[in-house]
Amino acid sequence: MSATDSPAGMPAPDNAGRRGPMAEVFFSLLRSGTFLTGLGIVLFWIACALFGEHFVPYDPLADDIINALAPPSAEHWFGTDQIGRDVFSRVIVGSRDILTVAPLATLLATVAGTALGLFTGYFRGIVDDIISRILEAFMAIPVVIVALLAIVALGTSKTTVIVVIGLSFAPIIARTVRSAVLAERELDYVAAAQLRHESAFHTMFVEILPNVIPPILVETTVRLGYAIFAVATLSFMGFGIQPPSPDWGLSISSNYGMIGGGFWWTVLFDALAIATLVIGVNLAADGVHGAFND
Amino acid sequence: MVFLGGQVLPGNVGRAILGPFADQRAVDTLNHTLGVDRPLLTQYASWIWNFLQGDMGTSYIFRSPVAPFVIDALGNSMKLAAVAFVLVVPIGILGGVIAALNLNRPLDRIISLGGLSVTVLPEFVTGIILILIFGVWLRWLPISAAWPRDAGFFTQLYYLILPSLPLFLVLFGYIARMARSGMIEALDSDYTRTAVLKGLPWRTVIWRHVLRNALLPTITVIATQTGYLIGGLVVIETLFRYQGIGSLIFTAARGKDFPILEAGILTIGIVYAVATLAADFLYSVLNPRIRLGTDQ
Repeated sequence: MSATDSPAGMPAPDNAGRRGPMAEVFFSLLRSGTFLTGLGIVLFWIACALFGEHFVPYDPLADDIINALAPPSAEHWFGTDQIGRDVFSRVIVGSRDILTVAPLATLLATVAGTALGLFTGYFRGIVDDIISRILEAFMAIPVVIVALLAIVALGTSKTTVIVVIGLSFAPIIARTVRSAVLAERELDYVAAAQLRHESAFHTMFVEILPNVIPPILVETTVRLGYAIFAVATLSFMGFGIQPPSPDWGLSISSNYGMIGGGFWWTVLFDALAIATLVIGVNLAADGVHGAFND
Repeated sequence: MVFLGGQVLPGNVGRAILGPFADQRAVDTLNHTLGVDRPLLTQYASWIWNFLQGDMGTSYIFRSPVAPFVIDALGNSMKLAAVAFVLVVPIGILGGVIAALNLNRPLDRIISLGGLSVTVLPEFVTGIILILIFGVWLRWLPISAAWPRDAGFFTQLYYLILPSLPLFLVLFGYIARMARSGMIEALDSDYTRTAVLKGLPWRTVIWRHVLRNALLPTITVIATQTGYLIGGLVVIETLFRYQGIGSLIFTAARGKDFPILEAGILTIGIVYAVATLAADFLYSVLNPRIRLGTDQ
């Protein structure tokens, strides 16, 4: 995006002859301040999700009613919630569920969206028309509403959340892939493959797919940001990750009823955690976008 | 009742998903793909027919007609959405225009990056942070949107400022970004150069030549954000305990109150369609190159 000051994608003349296009992108990513900042934030939360529970001072699920709603202190850095659980420990470990569900949903969206996009872009015609209209119809409804209906119908579980978000995002990725495929299929190498009587499957997945990877990668990183947004929102609404998980959205929804009483520490740190993760992913996505497009 | 709801659930969801679409082709295709069979289709048709006549069915939970609930809630939501829109459209456009006029200078970076950052945050996160700042620490604004009975216009407005701010922040980023890129394109165009070379004052060039062209794509974006706004309302109304259409749908979804759920979703589908149509109309009024009708 032109808004950022990243030096991403600047040509590297001395190396241009030796590196392939993917390596080129990789090295320009390493020079992008936006990307590295975002990546740093995301890696921090991934580390918390993986190893956090070994380092936190308290068990994130252990209650301690006597010390309930204690303000931040040396003992409890971020205070305690309404049943005395340590907020700091919960915030650190709370990254785990959202960082499992959101990437899996994004992966599902990418796989389904890429397949649909290749299919519609390659065959065009009536198949494309029908599938595209259906996908447009799905895109017209807000994700929250789709998710709400699906979860009412299917019940709440992590799998439901992954499937719902994955399938709601698939049409958006399909649209991006489709427009890239429409341009690719006019090129000579596709004609050559068709003249060799390669199967449609081979042409789509072996010939065209590797050439449309850049837009797919960009769209996937952008979608990951939205997936985190959606998972957090659904958890906050009570339709996502379920108790007793220390998930951030869930913690906010169970504690925000009391902020009128001044217990700000029970929600602020979870809110800031979501904010940093979402902004981190979006900065990284912005860097990836810049690296592929400049 | 919940059992009964569970029994007819797949059909109900099919209907609810189908409900919002104005496009009959899409409805037909979806019917087919979802495998909605004949009797249910008849059921659906009669439900739509009743809905058009103003009969939205009877709520399972409240045991009373759905229509008054939906109409009340829609009115409340529109108040909230109107406050957010009235704030965000001029400020968002202004932000984008200022950013474009200061392209690549610090002011542009602040507006662009700041706009991007607040746009990607979930509404309940910005909502919580704003409640903490203005409601809990500064105590300037009420933390719940439920105003006292018989509250006048300004009291209601006062209660609506805080809930509308998260919506404002999300929309601000989109609108400012579109206005900015529209401005950059228009500033770079031949007609702008011509206007400058004619010796027109800079102010006139901006107002008469650049702005009018730059804001066209922005209008489209504003209209497409109506869909987003509806999703955002569900979250915001829940967070602020506001009796709008979003919280009505949310409560109905939790209580499996399908008549309310369906009526609510069909209603926002209609609102969405009307907003899109209005945007197309506005676009054609503002853009002399597109005119409605065939005689031109």
